[in-house]
Amino acid sequence: MNDSIVKTLGVAFAICLICSFVVSSTAVSLRDMQNENKANDKRMKILQAAGIFDPSKDIKEQFETLEPKYIDFNSGKLLTGLSLEEFLSEHKGDYDQIAATRDSNYSKSLSTSEDIAIIKNRENVGKFYLLRNDDNSINKVILPVRGYGLWGTLFGYISIENDFNTVAGLEFYEHKETPGLGAEVDNPKWKALWPGKQLYKDDEVVLEVIKGKVPEDDSNLAYKVDGLSGATITSRGVSNMIKYWFSDSGYANLFSELDYES
Amino acid sequence: MNLNRYKEALFKPLIDENPITLQILGICSALAVTNNLTVTLVMCVALTSVCAFSNLFISLIRNHIPSSIRIIVQMTIIASLVIVVDELLKAYDYETSKKLSVFVGLIITNCIVMGRAEAFAMKEKPLLSFFDGLGNGLGYSVILIGVATIRELFGAGTLMGYEILPLVSNGGWYMANNLLLLPPSSFIIIGLFIWAIRSYKPSQVEEDDFALSKHQTNEDLTKRELNV
Repeated sequence: MNDSIVKTLGVAFAICLICSFVVSSTAVSLRDMQNENKANDKRMKILQAAGIFDPSKDIKEQFETLEPKYIDFNSGKLLTGLSLEEFLSEHKGDYDQIAATRDSNYSKSLSTSEDIAIIKNRENVGKFYLLRNDDNSINKVILPVRGYGLWGTLFGYISIENDFNTVAGLEFYEHKETPGLGAEVDNPKWKALWPGKQLYKDDEVVLEVIKGKVPEDDSNLAYKVDGLSGATITSRGVSNMIKYWFSDSGYANLFSELDYES
Repeated sequence: MNLNRYKEALFKPLIDENPITLQILGICSALAVTNNLTVTLVMCVALTSVCAFSNLFISLIRNHIPSSIRIIVQMTIIASLVIVVDELLKAYDYETSKKLSVFVGLIITNCIVMGRAEAFAMKEKPLLSFFDGLGNGLGYSVILIGVATIRELFGAGTLMGYEILPLVSNGGWYMANNLLLLPPSSFIIIGLFIWAIRSYKPSQVEEDDFALSKHQTNEDLTKRELNV
């Protein structure tokens, strides 16, 4: 009896219906918590990039010490005054710059020659963070960066010292690189190579991830980071990412303004 | 209700019929998730609950599953349970779920879950099947916890992140064995477990599929040729 066509179809249909109901209701009911976890994870990465993360304290509380700032990429200038107020009210204080890249009103599609980091669409406004000293001078700037690796885009934050040239830390919060090879961008040993490296030499972005190990007596030691072995394309992606985001179309023009402000 | 059968279903898979050491199933995740005890414990809970509940649900509807689509029905139930477990982990233990990454999803293809569903839950009563799933999940867990304890303790000098053996690099005396942090080491450890269990319980030793023939020298061959 069990093997009649009607029963087979009936059982298959019932199982699918029940299972899809169970799966979708769990997914929907837990979505808020998962999103909160994801947001907290991103906040943690930003704090880690700034080098001030303390696991014993509440992440949200620590995150409040950072000051969000907005940059208009089309002009390369900080958003201030009226335009900032307008922008904030438009987004109700909840601006997601990655979501903005999917909306042509808030982003610009890059031409191939411009798009060295292969990000395709660049948002009009970027959100970054300032870490201030007690006397209100700037201590570090934490900037969002992204670039295409081997399998997908790497999303991360890089923090820069107040000379706007020395790297203080680099963290990725999302990527799809190969575990054990490209995913070694998350390896604490590799990330520890970044602090102290210099971005600019004679106003050119020269910092790059090279192939192999940087010789200790290299005169350009401060401008080179050891490559990830077995992950040439990921390493190149990270180099291109640095090159793009610290060029004039990225953050280069921002620094003089911040200098003035501090 | 025969209590002995329940006891047997729950405890036999721990040593006597352990899914990993006797049936050599579920090795893939045993290699991948055992370099840290905390992660391993979460994986064990995930697999045990999936195995127990998939057995329960499959057994509940066993008399209505058409044999032509039974594997797909089992897979659908197992896959749904795995997704639910994965979602729960992402909501309540995000850190560990990130470390486990694809391995929670891969419980769907774990031979232990599928094997118990097909071999046990399709024939036995729901509650008994539930205990069988629980027992097999625990059997898997026992081995994984053993492997993870050895790997984390001697590979990193810690247990669940707490320092037990102070490392030389942190000013202690213990020189960590980095091989233990790599997946192949669990192959060796599982092999040693199998050896230990089979020495203790010789009945588990498999018979040779093929007996090796006696080694023949050139001399033997020529003699035979001469005879012909």
